[in-house]
Amino acid sequence: MSEIVLMYVKVFLVGGAICTIAQLLINYTKITAGKILVYFLLAGVFLRSIGLYQYLVDFAGAGATVPICGFGNLLAEGAIKGAKKSLFEGITGGICAAGMGIAAAIVFGYLFSLIFKSKSKKN
Amino acid sequence: MKRTIYFKNHPKIIATSTVAGPKESNGSINKYFEVKLNDDMFGEDTFEKAETKMLYTVIKNSIKNAKYDEDNIDCIIAGDLLNQIISSTFSARKFKCGYLGVYNACATFSESLIVGASMVDGGYMNNVICCSSSHFSSAERQYRYPLELGNTRPPQSQWTITGAGASLISSNGVGPMITAGTIGRVVDYGITDANNMGAAMAPAACDTLFAHFKETGLTPDYYDLIITGDLGTLGSRILKDLIWEKGYDIEKQHVDCGELVYNICEQEYQGGSGAGCSALVFNSYVYNKLNKGLYKKVLLVATGALLSTVSTQQGESIPAIAHAVVVEGNI
Amino acid sequence: MEDNKDFINKNYIEYVKGVSPKTNQKRTLLHAFWVGGVICSIGQTFRYLLQFGFNLSGDELSGYVSMIMIFLGAFLTGLGIYDRIGKYAGGGSIVPITGFANSVVSPAIEFKTEGFIYGTAAKMFVIAGPIIVFGIVSSVIVGLLYFIGFRIF
Repeated sequence: MSEIVLMYVKVFLVGGAICTIAQLLINYTKITAGKILVYFLLAGVFLRSIGLYQYLVDFAGAGATVPICGFGNLLAEGAIKGAKKSLFEGITGGICAAGMGIAAAIVFGYLFSLIFKSKSKKN
Repeated sequence: MKRTIYFKNHPKIIATSTVAGPKESNGSINKYFEVKLNDDMFGEDTFEKAETKMLYTVIKNSIKNAKYDEDNIDCIIAGDLLNQIISSTFSARKFKCGYLGVYNACATFSESLIVGASMVDGGYMNNVICCSSSHFSSAERQYRYPLELGNTRPPQSQWTITGAGASLISSNGVGPMITAGTIGRVVDYGITDANNMGAAMAPAACDTLFAHFKETGLTPDYYDLIITGDLGTLGSRILKDLIWEKGYDIEKQHVDCGELVYNICEQEYQGGSGAGCSALVFNSYVYNKLNKGLYKKVLLVATGALLSTVSTQQGESIPAIAHAVVVEGNI
Repeated sequence: MEDNKDFINKNYIEYVKGVSPKTNQKRTLLHAFWVGGVICSIGQTFRYLLQFGFNLSGDELSGYVSMIMIFLGAFLTGLGIYDRIGKYAGGGSIVPITGFANSVVSPAIEFKTEGFIYGTAAKMFVIAGPIIVFGIVSSVIVGLLYFIGFRIF
């Protein structure tokens, strides 16, 4: 039980820290949300491809996989695993690994656009 | 070079009309608005259609308020913020009279007043309707991000007003007179932050005010009220600093429509903005006070930031413009 | 046309920087930290549920967790709640995968009025498109480099 509690502490701290870095970037450089997402994704791909990000995943679980750099990690991991087998799988591996995320985003995006209407904000 | 024109025949604003969105209707000057909406869709299915309907309503109501008929109107001069000013064009297609579309971003309303007053003063037309509108949701999705995107608004940002206003300018009748106008110059000091419109527009307002005072030989004391369009709190402060450096002090007379329209300490940070801002405040609050004789001489300086999403993404700085109109009470 | 930037007034830009209101650093960072932490903890809860409840592991586990998180992000966006969270938390709700879902779903809903093909489907990737483009390009590069690396060494 204490293991799970400790894990949650680690998840909270690592996930929170990654988001705080993003907020620091927003505050100091005024870069927009779209760019933040791209930079963090590329950071995830880079860290995985030099073999560092999986240590963070082992350490903090969802704290490292839920932020968008975890998505980058997934892409790079798929590519690396595929590259071990063949050139073809090296190219398709990343997309296959990330397929779930992309498919979910597209399907839910389309589905919810059928259901919901855009609402205006009051504040 | 002369940028100030005088209207010798004193075209009069004989009627006005306003429509305000739900947020504005809860603001500090709400009791002056003619039509207050509970729903910013205005019974339509898209925000653009709602904005068109708002503009149509103010045109219709201003004719009604003047106790005129649609046949009396010679021309509608309208503008808004959407691409190819569709709200104005689409609302004008329901009328038989002539139509001139104008665009100067948030300075559209004072531009249309200058054009309309010139038409009437020159004797070319008898009755002209000048109007402009903006809608928070349609402007937001065009200029910034989708409404549902979770994004923080930086503290220097402003809130586009949902509202429309129309003035009926006539060669005869009773009402406050338009006596002069100073046409603005495009001014760009190199501000690139599209969220900081106040700072981008303040130099333009300063330039127009300075030209106005210099060419007319008047001082700020001549006016009871110098009302800027949508500089917001930050922009107003910058304007006061800039014009003070040029030797004029407008501290006492200056009010900003964007600051006026919402309650203080709300989440709009610097106040309202948009083409509807000056139209809404001028045609309700200011017109009311002019008619009651509480203000005798008003200088309306609507300011506009002439940017587009393309120019922002290409890294261009934001050019701005301001047009000044002198309105004098008849009482 | 030569690039004439003479009109730029450096003094004015400096002055504006001086008078512009500052972002409250401590508060925004704190908000981003705790909201980001909470979203990740929710992700961890689903990880445990799937791990112990359905005996999933590895890629399958992280794939399903992403799917659930994307569903939650998309659903809250549809309800108009996610933009409020985003306004409060800034980076704390942009960086988690729910923020990615938000950036896909918000234009999809918003541009519904322009039709389902040129509106929803075309505008869906206005913000999220670059993420997918850079993600796929970088993963292909990594795959190629590793392929070459594995063959040489």
